[in-house]
Amino acid sequence: MHNDEAPELVCPELLRRTASGWSLLGGRCASCGEICFPAQRSCAKCCGTSVAAWEIGDRGTLWSWTIQGFLPKSPYDSGETESTFRPYGVGYVQMPSGLKVESRLTVSDPRRLQIGAPMALILQPYRTKPDGHQVFTFAFEPIA
Amino acid sequence: MSTEVAIIGIGIHPFGRTDHLTGLEQGAFAVRAALRDAGVAWSDIGVAFGGSYESGNADSMATLLGLTGLPFINVANGCATGGSALMSAVSAIRSGMAELAVAVGFDKHPRGAFNPKPADYGLGEWYGQTGLMLTTQFFALKARRYMHEYGISEDALVRVAHRAFRNGALNSNAWRRRELSYEEIAASAPVNLPLRKYMLCSPAEGGVGLVLCGADRARRYTSRSVALRAATVRTRLFGSFEVFSPSLAATQAPAPTVTAARAAFEEAGVAPNEIEVLQLQDTDSATEIIHMAENGFCQDGEQERLLQAGETEIGGRLPINTDGGCLANGEPIGASGLRQVFEICLQLRGQAGPRQVPGNPRLGYTHVYGAPGVSAVTILERRFA
Repeated sequence: MHNDEAPELVCPELLRRTASGWSLLGGRCASCGEICFPAQRSCAKCCGTSVAAWEIGDRGTLWSWTIQGFLPKSPYDSGETESTFRPYGVGYVQMPSGLKVESRLTVSDPRRLQIGAPMALILQPYRTKPDGHQVFTFAFEPIA
Repeated sequence: MSTEVAIIGIGIHPFGRTDHLTGLEQGAFAVRAALRDAGVAWSDIGVAFGGSYESGNADSMATLLGLTGLPFINVANGCATGGSALMSAVSAIRSGMAELAVAVGFDKHPRGAFNPKPADYGLGEWYGQTGLMLTTQFFALKARRYMHEYGISEDALVRVAHRAFRNGALNSNAWRRRELSYEEIAASAPVNLPLRKYMLCSPAEGGVGLVLCGADRARRYTSRSVALRAATVRTRLFGSFEVFSPSLAATQAPAPTVTAARAAFEEAGVAPNEIEVLQLQDTDSATEIIHMAENGFCQDGEQERLLQAGETEIGGRLPINTDGGCLANGEPIGASGLRQVFEICLQLRGQAGPRQVPGNPRLGYTHVYGAPGVSAVTILERRFA
């Protein structure tokens, strides 16, 4: 992907372009200040109904992780088959606000995953359509 | 607060794979067995509550059992379906709605992991499309964090599974009846690390039925009734760490298991250290370990020592999942919670055969947990010598 191309996103509502790249986009309750991801119309903490868009950021630390070791059934739509499936990392990444965001991880090698390690947001192709076009989702990668 | 309720009949259809019976038929089989056990007829039942996750409506069972015109309420509450049906039956008897009630749970799942739809849980399609909506991932993520915070080792995960299959081998109603070696479990294929193949339960089939009545009337029907000292259901609080969560709040709240357990102990007026035999949801090895603490049976981190000392074995101080749990029985969602109650009733009635907990136990406990963050707990007491 080149920066000047507009990538096709599976979840455009969850991401916002920033000066330096991309940020996850959630919501912040006007009443209690609680941050949610994805954004929702009401606050699950205080029941407030005024929630504004909020940039969650693109840096965090790994809070927990696993490796998805088998091909998920539908609605997973990567297009892979049992024979082409490649395990992928999944984790919760703790963002500066304290919110933990669940995300795919770019690495699936347990030796490269450590709770507390710094992580950065990237866009990652997770699906190739029959015409060869790639669809992107958000993912986190360890900062070397 | 109210009339005490007793279980006077228990019935089960063996768990595992039964190709020639639908889930609904396995549920009806279990109800017939429970009616026989209680010595009553289906036409005597005043109200029924039941459900399955994906094997149809429980009230269709009336076609198989007899169309007696009774109120038959379908319950759909994920893994807590059985527990919710039981709690509803208890409430119906307490309210005076009926003298005799049935609670039934059953299911028949295809092979492989569950594939829930995001929309059913209020989530965007992207969550399923990108491969985040898997229960096994959640259990692994919660396990990894818990092991990190409280110093639980992979050895403990193996020990839980080892005991589950050892107990399952003693249970003629269990699905997996082969005792697995420690090495076999420890070396099994990674599914969602730290969880390996034999540390995770598999979707399966089965059915369980219970017959209930007011405890003061129980002696009319049976000399071996088991009193329900408590039956509670609680859902998640804001901030608890639950399955299918695209994010977790900055401040963590207690799990619904913690609140359901506290409510049950309060309702029953007993303490965790009085419980003599217990069933804890063991969707995977780590979940059982976490649930030991969440239910109040030990401190966080203490599990390692309890497992090493054999305290959770059938002959130990805290016998857990004496029937092999979900690991050896598989997980038919609608039936699992009631299987736990079935096993505790057997134990309290002294009918558990080769897996009977010694010492004539009087107080037992069951706990089930499921999506999207719901727990059901019962406390059961033997009321005969």
